[in-house]
Amino acid sequence: MKFKKSYQKYGLYLLMFLAAVLTLAPFVWMLSASIMPEGGANQFPPRLFPKTPTWEHYQRLFRQMNIVRYFLNSVIVAVSVTFISLLFNSMAGYAFAKYRFPGKNKLFKLLLSAMVIPAQVTMLPLFLMLNRMGLVNTYWGIIIPGMTSIYGIFLIRQYIMSIPDSLIEAARIDGATDFYIYLRLILPLAKPILVTLALFTFMGSWNDFLWPLIVMTGDSMYTLPVALANLMGEHAQDTELMMAGAVITILPVLIVFLAMQKYYIRGIMLGSVKE
Amino acid sequence: MKFKWQNYNAAYLFLSPAMTAIFIFFFLPVLAALVMSFTDFDIYSLGDISRARFVGFSNYIDLFKNPLFWKALGNTGYFVLVGVPLSILISMLAAMALNSKMLRFKPFFRLTFFLPVVTTLVAVAVIWRYIYQARFGLLNYLLSFVGINPVDWLGNPRWAMLALIIMAVWKGFGYNMIIFVAGLQNIPETLYEAARLDGANGWQEFRNVTLPMLAQTTGFITITTLIGYCQFFAEPYVMTDGGPLNSTLSIVLMMYKEGFKFWRMGYSAAIAFILFGIILIITLIQLRIQKHHEI
Repeated sequence: MKFKKSYQKYGLYLLMFLAAVLTLAPFVWMLSASIMPEGGANQFPPRLFPKTPTWEHYQRLFRQMNIVRYFLNSVIVAVSVTFISLLFNSMAGYAFAKYRFPGKNKLFKLLLSAMVIPAQVTMLPLFLMLNRMGLVNTYWGIIIPGMTSIYGIFLIRQYIMSIPDSLIEAARIDGATDFYIYLRLILPLAKPILVTLALFTFMGSWNDFLWPLIVMTGDSMYTLPVALANLMGEHAQDTELMMAGAVITILPVLIVFLAMQKYYIRGIMLGSVKE
Repeated sequence: MKFKWQNYNAAYLFLSPAMTAIFIFFFLPVLAALVMSFTDFDIYSLGDISRARFVGFSNYIDLFKNPLFWKALGNTGYFVLVGVPLSILISMLAAMALNSKMLRFKPFFRLTFFLPVVTTLVAVAVIWRYIYQARFGLLNYLLSFVGINPVDWLGNPRWAMLALIIMAVWKGFGYNMIIFVAGLQNIPETLYEAARLDGANGWQEFRNVTLPMLAQTTGFITITTLIGYCQFFAEPYVMTDGGPLNSTLSIVLMMYKEGFKFWRMGYSAAIAFILFGIILIITLIQLRIQKHHEI
């Protein structure tokens, strides 16, 4: 019996170790290929580690490939989308959670049922609208459709509903205005959900591809994923350069995730227990 | 004391930015896309909208007559029907391993399996494109140790879609794994003890305790994963551009190409609405099943 147990245990460790290696291998290879000299990643048999590590591909990305610009584009877009959507969603979520007004239930139901509609449906007319407004190929082109999210409103509403009415009532008796209550009472109390949503929104915006690909029509406005896909078209043969580009694209989200892992995991759980 | 807000104005003020944005930049485009899907909106209509004409259902009819569209539908179906069960199975196995009392270093394993989830899909697709490379790719090299001859993963219509599925599963299984772990932790230990007293072996425990207790979690995961997989785009865009021989052309990729490469926007809108229809049907089935569970 004891023998069987330890046998199982080693089997489990072996499997998990193997799975971990398989999961990490692409990342390890990416890192190592990005510092191989040109042609180093196209050898047979493939090398796992470079013989003579070099930074030349990173230098090339920075000096010739405009990567700083793409990086800044990504940062500007992701940060703006995160802040604006957090502001708009939290205001709406608060209204749905704590106010009574005519049409509330109908409006809320309309929003919930609209969550079924995939974003791709809106993209063609949205492009035409933004084109008319002169916002194609500007940061606003990405920020405007990202300004709100029904799901974000829904999550914030759920959270604010758990804040006791008596707190709001007390503030109101003390003479606080609606906006003051929102700013000084609701927002601080809703901080956990706001942090989680901020993290999801930031990472979602950073990783987003289809819409930035559509709306950023000029090279200098590309976000990192669009730039990387575009680079792939021209430099598919430069494996090492592409890997350096992948590292730069991935690194920021990875750092943000590692720093705020627990909020992210909590966010998944919030999403999975809805309804 | 019952508390009532009388102040509607404040509520409407709080709602107005989000609602304005949603109505103008979401609901309006949805309606416009529906209208567009019944027109021949093309590159000439871009400059002069009066050039677009109503054509009734002909975009939809043309689509159903177009073998390429059936190809895209079939490819998407393949991706979904193979990818989703595979992804869920691996998520569940990983979650069970993570939940096992025998295993240590759980945070390490959990983090490792989760890393692909948070990384940028485009970057991941770029990496895997080289891993799948026929001559120098890591995968063929590894397979050579077990005596498998080099496969041209992305260049062969027979394997390309499977290659995309493997990558998508690798990228995504960590997400559902986290949800499964939580589901497993919610199963009361007493149920397992009772099963063991009744002489159940490991498989019977899994079959009669774990699986039924995870039914709701699995249902939720299945629907969200199905909907996500139906919309796959970046994988073929970056890795194969829909090829070889259109064997990895997905619905969304076709929509993108028709709409933003060839500027046949009416046609493209019709594709988008068919995608919407598919997702709607999946969601309705879910709601139906949920109702049955409640009764």
